[in-house]
Amino acid sequence: MAETSLSKSRTARGAPRAFGARLTRYLRRSETARGYLLMSPTLLIMTIGIVVPFIILLVISMWTRQGFSFDTTLTLANYARAWNEPIYGALLARSFWISGVATVATVALCYPMAYYVAFHVHRNKMMWLILMTLPFWTSYLLRVFAWKVILGYEGVINSGLSAVGLIDAPLAFLLYSPSAVIITLAHAWAAFAILPLYVSLEKIDKSLLEAATDLGDGPVARFLRITLPLSMPGIIAASFLIFIPTTGDYITPALLGGPDGAMIGNLIQVQFGAVNNWPMGATLSIVLMLWIAALALAFLLVTCKVQERIA
Amino acid sequence: MTTSDAFISIRSVSKFFGGFRAIDDVSLDIGQGEFFSLLGASGCGKTTLLRMLAGFESTSSGEIFIDGQPMSEVPPHRRPVNMVFQSYAIFPHLNVQDNIAYGLRKQKLPVARRLEMVEEMLDLIKLSGYGSRKANELSGGQRQRIALARALILRPKVLLLDEPLGALDKQLREQMQLELRALQRQVGITFVFVTHDQEEALTLSDRIAVMSGGRVLQVDTPAGLYEMPKTREVASFIGNMNFFRGTVRRNGSAMAAVETEGLGTIPIPVEQITKPDGAPVQVALRPEKFALSATRPDGTLAVEGRLRTAAYLGERSHFYVSIEGKAEPVAVSTPNISRGLDRADSQSGQALWLSWSPDAIVILDTD
Amino acid sequence: MSAGTYIRRPNRALQVYAVIFLIVLYVPVLFIPLFSFNDAVHVRFPLKGFTLQWYTELWSRQALWNSLWNSVRVGLVVSVLSTVLGVMAARSITRYRMRGKGPLVGFIMMPLVIPGIIFGVALLVLLSRMGVPLSLYTVGLGHLIICMPFAVATLLPRFEGFDPAMEEASADLGENGWWTFWRVTFPMVMPGIVASLLLTFTISFDEFIMAFFLTGTDPTLPMYIWGQLRFPKEFPSVLAMASLILFISFVLVFIAQWVGRMGLDTEDLGVPDT
Repeated sequence: MAETSLSKSRTARGAPRAFGARLTRYLRRSETARGYLLMSPTLLIMTIGIVVPFIILLVISMWTRQGFSFDTTLTLANYARAWNEPIYGALLARSFWISGVATVATVALCYPMAYYVAFHVHRNKMMWLILMTLPFWTSYLLRVFAWKVILGYEGVINSGLSAVGLIDAPLAFLLYSPSAVIITLAHAWAAFAILPLYVSLEKIDKSLLEAATDLGDGPVARFLRITLPLSMPGIIAASFLIFIPTTGDYITPALLGGPDGAMIGNLIQVQFGAVNNWPMGATLSIVLMLWIAALALAFLLVTCKVQERIA
Repeated sequence: MTTSDAFISIRSVSKFFGGFRAIDDVSLDIGQGEFFSLLGASGCGKTTLLRMLAGFESTSSGEIFIDGQPMSEVPPHRRPVNMVFQSYAIFPHLNVQDNIAYGLRKQKLPVARRLEMVEEMLDLIKLSGYGSRKANELSGGQRQRIALARALILRPKVLLLDEPLGALDKQLREQMQLELRALQRQVGITFVFVTHDQEEALTLSDRIAVMSGGRVLQVDTPAGLYEMPKTREVASFIGNMNFFRGTVRRNGSAMAAVETEGLGTIPIPVEQITKPDGAPVQVALRPEKFALSATRPDGTLAVEGRLRTAAYLGERSHFYVSIEGKAEPVAVSTPNISRGLDRADSQSGQALWLSWSPDAIVILDTD
Repeated sequence: MSAGTYIRRPNRALQVYAVIFLIVLYVPVLFIPLFSFNDAVHVRFPLKGFTLQWYTELWSRQALWNSLWNSVRVGLVVSVLSTVLGVMAARSITRYRMRGKGPLVGFIMMPLVIPGIIFGVALLVLLSRMGVPLSLYTVGLGHLIICMPFAVATLLPRFEGFDPAMEEASADLGENGWWTFWRVTFPMVMPGIVASLLLTFTISFDEFIMAFFLTGTDPTLPMYIWGQLRFPKEFPSVLAMASLILFISFVLVFIAQWVGRMGLDTEDLGVPDT
């Protein structure tokens, strides 16, 4: 085989060329091989950036701190601590609670907006989409900071209210509280709700709505029986896109949360910073990830069940 | 046609997609300057075969020769063939002129010469003055012509056309058929044309290969295919056909006949039939080969029947007539030479005579 | 479809809601430039008076410009790298009949469903175990990982909407793979590439949490802002700087939308033609 191809090609340069020819021929035949070859740099980077760090994170989570160094015997002691000491559970629960409320609020507030643009804006839809997403192209840090300016003791709301004489002392609950974190998160992540919701609503064939009306549904029944179920993929996507990153958020609780608004992200950061207990930080990261995966699965199952019920 | 003067020679070519046999041991010879059509329903393998000629699909086995050269190791961009794609694939980021000149890059021509060639092509496709139009400013028919010009400017040995008229409406399609045929005569390049439209294939082609299930059923001229189909599949794919079960009756070597359900015994020239006495055959007759009359015509084969339904189609009328000894009614199609209003209004159940000429009979192999 | 159909008739309540929504969306963001011109150290009403002092002071803050330059450098490298890798990934996903395509796409999209802080600490642990010193390179690596899903998600629809017959036509007209890419594929997916470059640059430029864990001695701009936030005396300077960035982002976004729009038909936007 190599012999014949060499004699045929006339410009034989020995074995490497035959190998090259065979490789070329193999790649011409196998689409999978060509696809993976083209994708290999991307996969390599992603493996270095995701798989390897996570394996090491998993290993370190089973180490323990010994003064300034680590005891490398594998143990589940950190996981036991994370399970037994109430502070960890409480912070996790609060993170999920705050993110959950922020997610629900964001999706609920953005749905009518996305609906409006999808169904009631006829010209310049693009302009509306730009208008709705422009604020989110500014720094996340600055948007959170802007809320601190608004909600702070000497911020816009308090100084405004005291200037008109409605309050004597600044409203303390505005800043450094879970509600401040929720308000800020809902505002900061609105774009991640609007875009998927808009896309799923825009996709709905308008003649389906006309058919529902024709078959006797009023606006409310039509919305509940047609629009809402068909926009469910957008609602699910939006919920995931907001809930998952916000549970691990660090900036918002650190700037606006105060002691009662701190979340799991702050605790993880402290383990890698001031407390210098990396194994515990790794453990908490993995626990957080497992919880997110579990909650995401539960959420998917519930929405599937609910959808079946409606249909 | 013998292999020696075949310009394109497809030798026992097969193609598998996983376990699916898309092309099943196809051998075809296409002559230089021929307008050759691959005709078949969707999924019959005609497009796959065309893409194998272009080099976009590899052959699983067998070999394709173009102008005597084996093609299996030649990548698409080095083959002496060009293609008109079903979607036309007009590059949307280039204007008409740059689309047509796309393949000229390697020839390193002076700009003036290149422009001149593009102008010639625009002239040929009757789109002079459209050179600077954007691709999205063109109609379907214009795109089709530009796809044609873009391929022809490279003077290919073979032009491959993948259902190039499929996206056009009926009127434009008929006009383009005429233009395509004239163009092919003018440039004299071998055309291999894929279509599922039998009428289009009959109108355009010198020869047609009818394909089904990855196999070539029959290769013949349009008239040959229509008048003398070899199998029931080909007969029913091209035009309409009435089928009758029959049995061969031989009387020595001088005379033969087929005893046919519903039509009685029909004499057949002995050389048309190779089967022995008593062998079962299929007898086929096109609807337009029948004549209808109220009374028994003289001097021709005829059978009495009853009219089931009649349909008036303008240039012709269709009738379905039941005859004794055959379950399905016989389809009859007659041209409306005179204003035969009375015929179309014929009563269902009315008695009629069907007559036909024995040389209109086609004897098919039984499946 | 006309604007006047039954389903699409105007809804007053929704219109009012949309306007309020936009106001709430914009007010917090617009406070930043507002107070950056306020002649007072403290951010509070009533406004004291107009000044450009905070802007003029900005020019002498060398550390700020260093951090800005750091962020721009990281952003440029990350956006180019992630877009190039994204093009390769999107092309292999759409062009080839590959086995295991689904899980692969899921793998690339993983950073979307894992909080950034976990990526930050995981990379920090890896790099410190390997003894790699933290620097702008490590920040870039982190940013590259989180930008990949965005690059791929931006490029995939472009490549999916790409008629494979276009590339075949080019090969048929005599161009090999390399020339076909430059003459047909690249110009046709160009809007997607520009969008991906801008999106990934913006993400990297704004990114905080990865940089928080992976920055060495050279801070990125968000890290510098983070440091400044702790010293209220420099609030107005931060605001002035923020306003400038805001302005630049707005310009960038408009360019992105404009470029994206050039390459899109109304069909792509889902806008029904009448």
